[in-house]
Amino acid sequence: MHSEKASFGLKIAAWGGLVFLHFPILIIFLYAFNTEDAAFSFPPKGFTLKWIGVAFSRPDVLEAIKLSLQIASIATLIAMVLGTLASAALYRRDFFGKQGISLMLILPIALPGIITGIALLATFKTLGIEPGMFTIIVGHATFCVVIVYNNVIARLRRTSHSLIEASMDLGADGWQTFRYIILPNLGSALLAGGMLAFALSFDEIIVTTFTAGHERTLPLWLLNQLSRPRDVPVTNVVAMLVMIVTMLPILGAYYLTRGGESVAGSGGK
Amino acid sequence: MTSVAIPHTPANGSPLRRFSNLLYRRPNLYLSMLLVPPLLWFGAIYLGSLLTLLWQGFYTFDDFTMAVTPDLTLANFAALFQPSNFDIILRTLSMAIVVSIASAIVAFPIAYYMARYTTGKTKAFFYIAVMMPMWASYIVKAYAWTLLLAKGGVAQWFVQHLGLEPVLQLVLGIPGVGGSTLSTSHLGRFMVFVYIWLPFMILPIQASLERLPPSLLQASADLGAKPRQTFMQVILPLSIPGIAAGSIFTFSLTLGDFIVPQLVGPPGYFVGSMVYAQQGAIGNMPMAAAFTLVPIVLIAIYLSIVKRLGAFDAL
Repeated sequence: MHSEKASFGLKIAAWGGLVFLHFPILIIFLYAFNTEDAAFSFPPKGFTLKWIGVAFSRPDVLEAIKLSLQIASIATLIAMVLGTLASAALYRRDFFGKQGISLMLILPIALPGIITGIALLATFKTLGIEPGMFTIIVGHATFCVVIVYNNVIARLRRTSHSLIEASMDLGADGWQTFRYIILPNLGSALLAGGMLAFALSFDEIIVTTFTAGHERTLPLWLLNQLSRPRDVPVTNVVAMLVMIVTMLPILGAYYLTRGGESVAGSGGK
Repeated sequence: MTSVAIPHTPANGSPLRRFSNLLYRRPNLYLSMLLVPPLLWFGAIYLGSLLTLLWQGFYTFDDFTMAVTPDLTLANFAALFQPSNFDIILRTLSMAIVVSIASAIVAFPIAYYMARYTTGKTKAFFYIAVMMPMWASYIVKAYAWTLLLAKGGVAQWFVQHLGLEPVLQLVLGIPGVGGSTLSTSHLGRFMVFVYIWLPFMILPIQASLERLPPSLLQASADLGAKPRQTFMQVILPLSIPGIAAGSIFTFSLTLGDFIVPQLVGPPGYFVGSMVYAQQGAIGNMPMAAAFTLVPIVLIAIYLSIVKRLGAFDAL
C-alpha cells in the first residue's frame, strides 16, 4: 500500500504549511519598501528605499541597535564560556546530580520567559541593583547558555576522547591540548552555538521587559512603536532588520554543524 | 644485561604541565573546576531568583498604602481562586490547550511529508524552511500579524477578493471565538499563537516519524491493512511521543506569553499580562509572584502527563 509518492492532499498540506510559515515574513520585507507612510493597506502602492535612510538617521533607532549589539555580544561571550565548561563537565562522566544540572541548564528556556524575567527582577529589587544594561546581560546570558551547551556537547560526544589522551602522552600540556586539539574540534560547533545565542539575545523581549529598567533594546523599541503607531515606515524597516539578524545565524549554524546529528537550534528558544 | 632505565615521568616540567598532570590524575578536581562557574551562575542567579520570587509570593501587599511588607501570608495564593482571577487562569489554560491541539493538526502533515517523502536536498530545504521562521524574531512575527490582520490589511484584502466576507462575519459572530474585527477577536489571537509556535511542534513530530522503520508500514500493508488503518493504528500511535514533546513547547510558551495577548485579540488579561500588570503599574510584586506560580504548576502537571506518553524520549 505504502506508495512511494505522497498523495496530492498531503503535498498541498505540507507545502501549504511552508507557505503559511513564510508568508508573514515576506509581508515584513514587502512593507519595508512601501511608499505609503501611514496605513497598513494592502497591496502596497509603490516601491521605495527612502525609509531605510530615514530609519538609519534616527538617533533613537541607532541607540537601540548599538545597545542590542553590545548586550548580545557580551551575553554570547558569557554563554560560550559557561556553556563550554558545562558541556565539558557533563559529556563523559556520570556523577551524582548530573541529571539535575542538565535540567537546570534547560529550565530558563523550557519555562516561559516571564518566569525568568520576573524572578530576576524580584531579586534585583531585593538586592537593590538598579536595572540597566548589566541586568539585561545577566538575564540573556542565563538562557543563552543552553544553546551553546547543546551544540558543544553534541560535538564532544562525537569527538574521541583518546585524541586528548594522545596529545597529553605526546607531551602537550593542558593549554596546548586545548589550543591545538580540543578547540579546532569544537570550533564550528562553538561558533554555531554562539551565533544562535547571539540571535536569541538580539531578539529577546520577554525577559528583557522585566530587566531593562530605562534602557531600550531594539525589540523593546519595536514593541513601544506598536502601541504608538506614529512612524510606521521606520518601524517596518527596523522590523526587517531584526528579522534578518535573527534569521541569518540559523543558516550559518546549519552549514557549520551539517553532517552531524541535527544539533543546530534543536531544543527551542 | 643492561637494564634500560625507563624514565619515570618527571614531576618537573613547566608549571602548566604539572597542573595538567594533576588534573588528569584527579578527575574529580578537574570536574569540579569545570562545574563551579556554571553552577555558581545558575545556582546563585537563576535558582536563587526563582526562590526569591516564590518567597515574595508570601509577602503582604497593603491595598491602601500600596506598600509591600514582609509579613508572611497565604492570601495571595488564595486570591488566585477569586472568580476574576480564576477566569484569567481558565482563559489562558484553554487557549494553551486549543493552540497545542491546532498546532499538532497543522504540523503533522508537514512533519509527515518531511520525514517520509523527502530526501537529501529537499529534506535539507524543508528543515531550513522550518528552522528559519522558528528563529526569526518573535516580536517581528507578532508585528507581522498585526499588519496582516489590521483593518484594510492583507487578510481583509484576501477575504474581500475571494468573496468570503459573509463567512468571516459569520465566524466573527460566534461568541467566544469571534470579536468585532479579526484583529480584536479570539480567533485572530489563536491564529497568531499557532503561527508563532508551529515550528516547535513540527520538528519533534518529524524526528519521531523519522525513527519509524518503513518495514513496519510494509508489514502492516502485507497483513492487509488499508492505508487508513495503517495510519490510524501504526503511524499515529508511534508519533504520539513526538506530538507530546512538541506540545510541551506550544503549551508552555502560550501559557506565559503576554506580548501576543497585548497586540492581538479582545481585551482581558492573560496570566502573563496579569503578572506584568501586577508588578508594573500596580507594584504588587507578591501577587505577581503568586500568579507566576500558576504556569509553573500547570507546566509541572502537564509534564507529568506527557511523560507517560513518552515525550521525554522524543525531545
